[in-house]
Amino acid sequence: MAKTLFQKVWEAHTVRKLPNGQTQLFIGTHLIHEVTSPQAFGMLRDLGLKVKFPQRTFATVDHIVPTNELKEPYSDPIAQEMIEALRKNTKDYGIRFFDTTTGTQGIVHMVGPEQGITQPGTTIACGDSHTATHGAFGAIAFGIGTTQVRDVLATQTLALSPLKVRRIEVNGKLAPGVYAKDVILHIIRVLGVNGGIGFAYEYAGTTFDGFSLEERMTVCNMSIEGGARCGYVNPDQKTFDYIKGKPFAPKAADWDAAVARWASFASDAGCQYDDVKVFKAEDIRPTVTWGITPGQAVFIDEKMPALETLNAADRQTAEDAYAHMKLAPNTPIKGTKVDVCFLGSCTNGRISDLREVAKYLKGRKVSPNVKAIVVPGSQLTAIQAVHEGLDKIYIEAGFEWRGAGCSMCLAMNPDKLVGDQLCASSSNRNFKGRQGSQTGRTVLMSPLMVAAAAITGQVADAREVFKV
Amino acid sequence: MSLAKITQVKALALAVPGDDIDTDRIIPARFLRCVTFDGLGEHAFRDERTGPDGKERPHPMNSAQAGRIAIAKQGVMVVGFNFGCGSSREHAPQSLWRFGFTAFVGGSFAEIFFGNSTTLGVPCLTLSKEDLAECDAFVRANPDVEVTVDVEKLTVSAGAKTWKAGIAASARDGLVNGKWDPIADLLEGSEPVAKTAAGLAYVAGK
Repeated sequence: MAKTLFQKVWEAHTVRKLPNGQTQLFIGTHLIHEVTSPQAFGMLRDLGLKVKFPQRTFATVDHIVPTNELKEPYSDPIAQEMIEALRKNTKDYGIRFFDTTTGTQGIVHMVGPEQGITQPGTTIACGDSHTATHGAFGAIAFGIGTTQVRDVLATQTLALSPLKVRRIEVNGKLAPGVYAKDVILHIIRVLGVNGGIGFAYEYAGTTFDGFSLEERMTVCNMSIEGGARCGYVNPDQKTFDYIKGKPFAPKAADWDAAVARWASFASDAGCQYDDVKVFKAEDIRPTVTWGITPGQAVFIDEKMPALETLNAADRQTAEDAYAHMKLAPNTPIKGTKVDVCFLGSCTNGRISDLREVAKYLKGRKVSPNVKAIVVPGSQLTAIQAVHEGLDKIYIEAGFEWRGAGCSMCLAMNPDKLVGDQLCASSSNRNFKGRQGSQTGRTVLMSPLMVAAAAITGQVADAREVFKV
Repeated sequence: MSLAKITQVKALALAVPGDDIDTDRIIPARFLRCVTFDGLGEHAFRDERTGPDGKERPHPMNSAQAGRIAIAKQGVMVVGFNFGCGSSREHAPQSLWRFGFTAFVGGSFAEIFFGNSTTLGVPCLTLSKEDLAECDAFVRANPDVEVTVDVEKLTVSAGAKTWKAGIAASARDGLVNGKWDPIADLLEGSEPVAKTAAGLAYVAGK
């Protein structure tokens, strides 16, 4: 019988059926960070349990690390306590820790792929909802709560129910100035922020075939913003090429067998999906959010929706959104004044993002009214960028060049909005208060659109600003 | 490990309206700077309850009703659709549970929030859109009437009203049988776990 990748991976990792009808699923790769793991280690100690497969858990520190302060102790004593707790826990239980001093620290969803830990046909769990990022490699990867982090530490398994699979096909070539970020923002806008509840999203079609692994990661990353706990792209030659030579990739003697195994996990031709949605790449234009959920989005050259065009439930959320954002219905979002620009995050903090923006940024200057920061998602990305001289281009343009971490995506470190500042952001969430100020405002967009906002001091169309 | 059988929650209720209430709103990220869940209860919905000037805002969580629930350490929160979307932070249900909420009734729940709540022994039951509107209106009009969330019979009732409710079968099974924390079952399966692990090349180190 023809099967989807989801079904094949699920079957290969099924331990047994639990009494309540759920599946005990083996989690081959467990990623942890400083925010959602300390309580789990606490529970483990309370129960007198050990870590069952310490070699299958990998740790890094990302949410609380300052990006402009490398020396410890950090000025935030709680951040210092959290990093030290992770050092102790990983040491006590024999877990590999990609610490700040190793040159390999970074956002957990960047470290896995960079190290070759993220592989096709595997199950990956992490106490972080953006774990679906790893689905770009054909893994079944999802976010879990802290009690479940305990479950994985203690048993390397989780109690789960299978998901339905929705195939989201995007076909054709994206127009210049339109990026993977626009694709996922568009998908969420159309299918809704709760459209994916109960589903894994399989992204496919010629647009995805043409995407690099980094572009696929951008899309898979935001599956959760569409309500889907997990999203993936079937593995292909690009996937294998990306992994080859990475530190945790299979060694030469095992390589061919690994590739054959990985390829066998791809969804079979003729397999049954629970739902299929099809998009045309040429219909997608640069997309920006205007509200307080990632689904409240428009094309840059569209007006924000008039309230009377919305149904009752959407209208209530929209009214709340307009009040928070201090924006008016039925007006263009283009031209809205911007105070802060943030380029980074597990959605768009990779080397390809930094290269693409740098290409257009040369010789341009950040508006004097804008504070612009660029935060590479990982130390390896930062090192590579410096090697290519990208840091100089950003600094000359007026961006602050920072150290690696989650930074202003969720503002658990000192990078925060102040008051009702409006931030043009390449991150993934525009929730109220998300960027560290209760009244702060976030407009999500692609990295090049962030650069266009930085230069013009307003929400702008990058295609015009940079003559793309 | 013996857990309580959660067949029914009978308590005062509080309506917190709105769809797509995300976990950043339930517990802002600055309160995640911690190594235990202790003390999270007082920060539930902090930025919705308190303005930038530090003054209280009109919010259901600031009501006398919320105060009664906090003292009783037992309460039902009636919410909208897609409640608990966004971040996987268990801090969100932990903060509401520590505040005093022991059951949720809503239109739908984000999956990770649902799982995190169930593992705490906090049932999340769904009602149809029409029934939810009726339940929400009833709760506002009758703050002194206790609401019964029946996990076994799959109903929500208050006064003379009874609404048909839903929950994933596995979650219901776990709650009513006192097995909502799966750790005991997962630990039992250690032999088949070793077998599954042995069949996975990447786990075996290839």
